[in-house]
Amino acid sequence: MKLTLKIWRQKSSNDKGAFVSYPVDDVDPEMSILECLDVLNESLILRGEVPVAFEHDCREGICGSCGFVINGVAHGPERGTTACQLTMRHFKNGDELTLEPWRAKAFPLIKDLVVNRRALDHIIEAGGYISVSTGQAPDGNDILIGKEIADESMDAAACIGCGACVAACPNASAALFTGAKITHLGTLPQGEPERERRALSMVAQMNAENFGNCTSIGECTGACPKEIPLEVIANMNHDYVCASFKRRDDLPSPVAPVVERA
Amino acid sequence: MTLDARIPSGPIEEAWDKACFDMKLVNPSNKRKHNIIVVGSGLAGGSAAASLGELGYNVKCFCFQDTPRRAHSIAAQGGINAAKNYPNDGESIFRLFYDTVKGGDFRAREGNVYRLAQNSGKIIDQCVAQGVPFAREYGGSLSNRSFGGAQVSRTFYARGQTGQQLLLGAYQALERQIHAGSVTMVPRTEMQDLIVVDGKARGIVARNLLTGELTVHIADAVILATGGYGNVYYLSTNAKGSNATAIWRAYKRGALFANPCFTQIHPTCIPVSGDYQSKLTLMSESLRNDGRIWVPKKKGDTRPPNEIPEDERDYYLERRYPSFGNLVPRDVASRNAKTLCDEGYGVGKSGLGVYLDFSESIARLGEKTIRERYGNLFDMYERITDENPYKVPMRIYPAIHYTMGGLWVDYQLQSTIPGLFVLGEANFSDHGANRLGASALMQGLSDGYFIIPNTIGNYLATNTFPKVDASNPAAQEAIQAVKTKIDKLLSIKGKRTVDSFHRELGKILWDYCGMARTAQGLQVAIGKIRTLREEYWKNVTVPGSGSDLNESLEKASRVADYFELAELLCIDALDRNESCGGHFREEYQTPDGEAQRDDEHYSYVAAWGYAGPDAAPELNKEPLEFHYVHPSQRSYK
Repeated sequence: MKLTLKIWRQKSSNDKGAFVSYPVDDVDPEMSILECLDVLNESLILRGEVPVAFEHDCREGICGSCGFVINGVAHGPERGTTACQLTMRHFKNGDELTLEPWRAKAFPLIKDLVVNRRALDHIIEAGGYISVSTGQAPDGNDILIGKEIADESMDAAACIGCGACVAACPNASAALFTGAKITHLGTLPQGEPERERRALSMVAQMNAENFGNCTSIGECTGACPKEIPLEVIANMNHDYVCASFKRRDDLPSPVAPVVERA
Repeated sequence: MTLDARIPSGPIEEAWDKACFDMKLVNPSNKRKHNIIVVGSGLAGGSAAASLGELGYNVKCFCFQDTPRRAHSIAAQGGINAAKNYPNDGESIFRLFYDTVKGGDFRAREGNVYRLAQNSGKIIDQCVAQGVPFAREYGGSLSNRSFGGAQVSRTFYARGQTGQQLLLGAYQALERQIHAGSVTMVPRTEMQDLIVVDGKARGIVARNLLTGELTVHIADAVILATGGYGNVYYLSTNAKGSNATAIWRAYKRGALFANPCFTQIHPTCIPVSGDYQSKLTLMSESLRNDGRIWVPKKKGDTRPPNEIPEDERDYYLERRYPSFGNLVPRDVASRNAKTLCDEGYGVGKSGLGVYLDFSESIARLGEKTIRERYGNLFDMYERITDENPYKVPMRIYPAIHYTMGGLWVDYQLQSTIPGLFVLGEANFSDHGANRLGASALMQGLSDGYFIIPNTIGNYLATNTFPKVDASNPAAQEAIQAVKTKIDKLLSIKGKRTVDSFHRELGKILWDYCGMARTAQGLQVAIGKIRTLREEYWKNVTVPGSGSDLNESLEKASRVADYFELAELLCIDALDRNESCGGHFREEYQTPDGEAQRDDEHYSYVAAWGYAGPDAAPELNKEPLEFHYVHPSQRSYK
């Protein structure tokens, strides 16, 4: 089939960007949208033009590298699907697809469809872990964890850190991402000792980065390729509020954000 | 060169403890004075960087992705082995050791494998403590399952995302050290060369992938944990960015490359659908626990699978290997699928596929149980193929998945260049000629969490490190060599894209050095690779410049290395006149078509040394000795 890809082209964060339309013939319904971009790029290179920059790595929906907005929806129209697993059979001959990068102040643009998502690493760095050094662990079965608890933790731990939740949110909030890690670790007995400290530190870092606030719209969970449930945000708020009632002055200070707040 | 693997003498059960005790220690207050470079942030690199940071070393960790959490360890699905014997089914450290040596077709080093089995339990404990949400029973204990090639249930898993969860554990430990200031993370940066000063590894040249800037990084030791080289075949289950550049440049600086022809073809991948195909998607091997593999008994049968009656189906693995059935090791399962497809029994449009059928398990256990076990894999399959595997059997075909070969390392994981350590898939040591399922995660984490923190201390404590900086001639020579290569690639401005060359190279390897190899075919392959490489340096086109994000240039530099590596791979395959594990030479097979080893002549590690751009590589041999597991013809019947 034949399609038109209308793609956001921007040389760098200092240059002005614009949409450019590219007709692509011979689109096979079995190919992924990234493979469709590969085909386009091969033809651009042979024409002496600069290919479209987009991020990708594992191409099996787990590394979290890929992602752009397709016709206004982060990762495109299929639920629970990353861009790399979105096959072209979901589109019809003659369709025009608009591809643009994640748009969020906290994710500065690098080139074309590539943005800087380091702010998400900063949130993990602030406390998204259990402080256990190598060699300190008791036997794996010493602390029993019921199947339901392990499953609930796993549901949240499935987050791939792609940033679609931020891109989908009208406020560009990172609440789903942060809540997912707080839920993953806070649900488990191993994560209990640091639970409050973790919530305070991670939320402080989230606030320091240039993300917006959560107003419970729910677009994030709709766009999430791993369908992380909205409850994780409630869990985050719960832990944060509980922790805030207790005075703590030993919290680590946030690291310098990727983009300072205005 | 004589290769000293430095395996401790005495009983194998005590070897590692003895080695640890014999190692010199670095005083705690001196640790922060040592700089260590870790290249790669997957299970091996991430766990090493985090653990070394915890010990107090000054660590710099590099990855080419935008964040360390993207490393391709994340894609491992099925699980991680450990000799815990929680299910009470006869598991032990010795059995895991035995199975791994046997599964590797007696081409692995016993000492390393035993240590791996010893560490396996501690890995699970460590990961549980980090918050890895492993599957649990209702009573709260850890769940286990059996996995390809094993008759005990020793595999721990987190749904179909075990690699992801283990990697996130290591990543979180790493982020904790980044916050503590002991690890500096350098993402979007790719190692381009190794700096060797006075015979020791003292740093790397790295390229910033956003600005193209080349920088020199100096350290007292360098750890490569950059994964395998499966992408030399173009189509593989590796991530698109996975590459061999770091280990290849180290090889050209003097590290030996061991057993490059030991590549693993995974039996259960989604078949290729077209020319545009950019990678292959693995379906976890765990599916073979409940799925039955078959082809129609009639050649070229085009009926839909549901219309083929039971007695017209050939469940060929169950037929040929009654005791292991569908759970035979990967090399055996792959080769059987290929043979049947080559004979015309294959299914699907291309004829390159076999059925993996769950109907019997669904009838026996119910769809709900199957959904709980494999739901995400079934969803993934349906997303890609638009077929519902609860109703229609999956179609699968083998694909390049893992490379057992890699840089040669001794028992301390040090390469032949002092101060250069190699961990995880990037080294060669533990899997012999074939890796068992769920053992890669185990090896990466054993190397990173439990081995390197000991062995690197010994190296640092027993060596001196004269001051070196970026102005050192070795560093300047290395940076200049990288610059020349990049400028050259940008200046050719030929008529073919990098990918078109890579695809052609991959096809040559797959056809002549894939699942079955012959001396004649390998010679043809070497000729074709050389011709194509010549054309590459005359006719490739790389758009854009070297001073901003330019993926074509990144690929061009990696593919240049693949050409050289591909040739070595074929040379090694040609030199090894036997079949073992993933290396199947058609001339050497048993009457019923199984791999025929030649222990008398080939029971050694082939470690190749670089001898110059136009010289043949030099073969060094490390003889393998088996004191505990006696080599026998592998039989899974």
